[in-house]
Amino acid sequence: MSTAEKVTVLNPMGFAPKVVEKALAPRLATLDGKTVYLVDCRFDDSDVFLKQVQAWFGEHMPSVRTVFKPISSVYLKDDPMTWAEIKARGHAAIVGVGH
Amino acid sequence: MTIEAQYGVPTVAMHTDKFDRVVRSVAAVNGMAELRQVFVPQPVMGKSPGELRAYVDGRDPLTGRPVMQEVVEGLTVPFDGRGVGTIEYDRSTPRLVEPDSEENLHHLFMENRWTDYLPIVLPTEERVAAMLARTRRKPDEVVGRMRPTHFREAWEYTVEKVAVNAVMAGARPEYFPVILALAATGVSARGSTTSSMAAMAVVNGPIRNEIKMNAGTGALAPYNHANATIGRAYGLLSQNLQGGSVPGLTYMGSQGNNYAYNSITFPENEERSPWEPFHVQHGFRATDSTVSVFSGCRATAYTLGLRETHWREHVRNMLRGMDPHIPPVFVLDPITARQFIDRGGFTKKDALIDWVYDNARMPAGEFWDYQLVQNYLYPRATFGEEPWATKLKAAPDEMIQVFKREDIHVVVVGGETNGYWRIMGATYAKTVSVDDWR
Repeated sequence: MSTAEKVTVLNPMGFAPKVVEKALAPRLATLDGKTVYLVDCRFDDSDVFLKQVQAWFGEHMPSVRTVFKPISSVYLKDDPMTWAEIKARGHAAIVGVGH
Repeated sequence: MTIEAQYGVPTVAMHTDKFDRVVRSVAAVNGMAELRQVFVPQPVMGKSPGELRAYVDGRDPLTGRPVMQEVVEGLTVPFDGRGVGTIEYDRSTPRLVEPDSEENLHHLFMENRWTDYLPIVLPTEERVAAMLARTRRKPDEVVGRMRPTHFREAWEYTVEKVAVNAVMAGARPEYFPVILALAATGVSARGSTTSSMAAMAVVNGPIRNEIKMNAGTGALAPYNHANATIGRAYGLLSQNLQGGSVPGLTYMGSQGNNYAYNSITFPENEERSPWEPFHVQHGFRATDSTVSVFSGCRATAYTLGLRETHWREHVRNMLRGMDPHIPPVFVLDPITARQFIDRGGFTKKDALIDWVYDNARMPAGEFWDYQLVQNYLYPRATFGEEPWATKLKAAPDEMIQVFKREDIHVVVVGGETNGYWRIMGATYAKTVSVDDWR
């Protein structure tokens, strides 16, 4: 075939699943008096980082109660016990560090 | 994402700035495009508390706004209506590309990142049909699903889609059952990890000789059409059928990995091996044709032969040079395989594996301090997962076994021009029948 001739070829990409948009949680009116969980992903010194976030709250927003909470295992595993604890005892979460 | 969407807890995710595209993309394909995400500089790893406090007190390198202001706002400022509700996006893939000249199509395939930047064969309907003729499976049959990371959604693919990528790689139609079997593993050869891992594929059984694969001299090098193009097809089908492998988006390997060009694809040299073939070890008959895939290939150690006096120390030294997070696969020239029998009395692969398991040791304190062990094994140990939980109780100076026995493997390949051999750091995933895909 000549290089100028139009050629029909097949698309090499696979089939993506449908994306279902999920509802996000309503935001809090204020953090004053609330409990914020600092969720440690246990990856690449994320614990050291989140403890600095905790220190920042202590200095700048002392009315916020923070709880440092490492996940139970590796970040590749779901952790329903930790999520249930945060739901039951906390009002918000900061998760880090995703690298 | 789970805690926000399933548990209804307002959440902010914090990341380093190198991951902005990938984490926004992952959130979007998980239906949470509006997830609140805040960024700090890369890296966090190895920084002192004072340096990390400066990150916290500083500004988001992407937005220029104070990090903690973004965090607080992320938890308190309401959404503007977008991102709430349930909407389905149909992202079907067209079967054909818009007809064009060969030159323009080659350009398009590169622009779309559908290639590995080496020349490809354009997948015309005739060429794809020739590939499809070498399997009894129907073109629209679903072969499997694949994704580049744990966090991404898996994409689905059919026999025809695999054939398209096999054509692009330059594979001959008679190789197609092996390529379909590789696709059926669902194990991506284009995994996205900052560690730049590649895959390894080992072919066993009669198919090796039927399609003239090379298990002898230069088997792991570019000297055989089947070895080369089957391995390349594995890479191309992985990147395209899983929805892409784009640096910064769906590929985060910091250095990259040359092994990814053909995914270390070779047949075991069953004829010259003194041991049973790899697939027989995994429950198949010697007359079955199979392909076995490994992931996590990055590290290689090598040496020549086994010296009479200190071979044990030399092998232990090689094992100590591997990162203890990824187990060893002994890739042995037949000369060295026989030396392991002569020196160590390992008349079966299992005996050699037992020896490796018992001799790959290091002080517990050193083991637990490896970064990847900290990232991936230490959390499992604290969660009570064995054998790591027991190893965690060892005193820092106690010599502990580094690998799980079932993770250690042995494969024989090479042309006996000498007794060079190597240890690949690689994680065995699975063995799949090729015959099922003929």
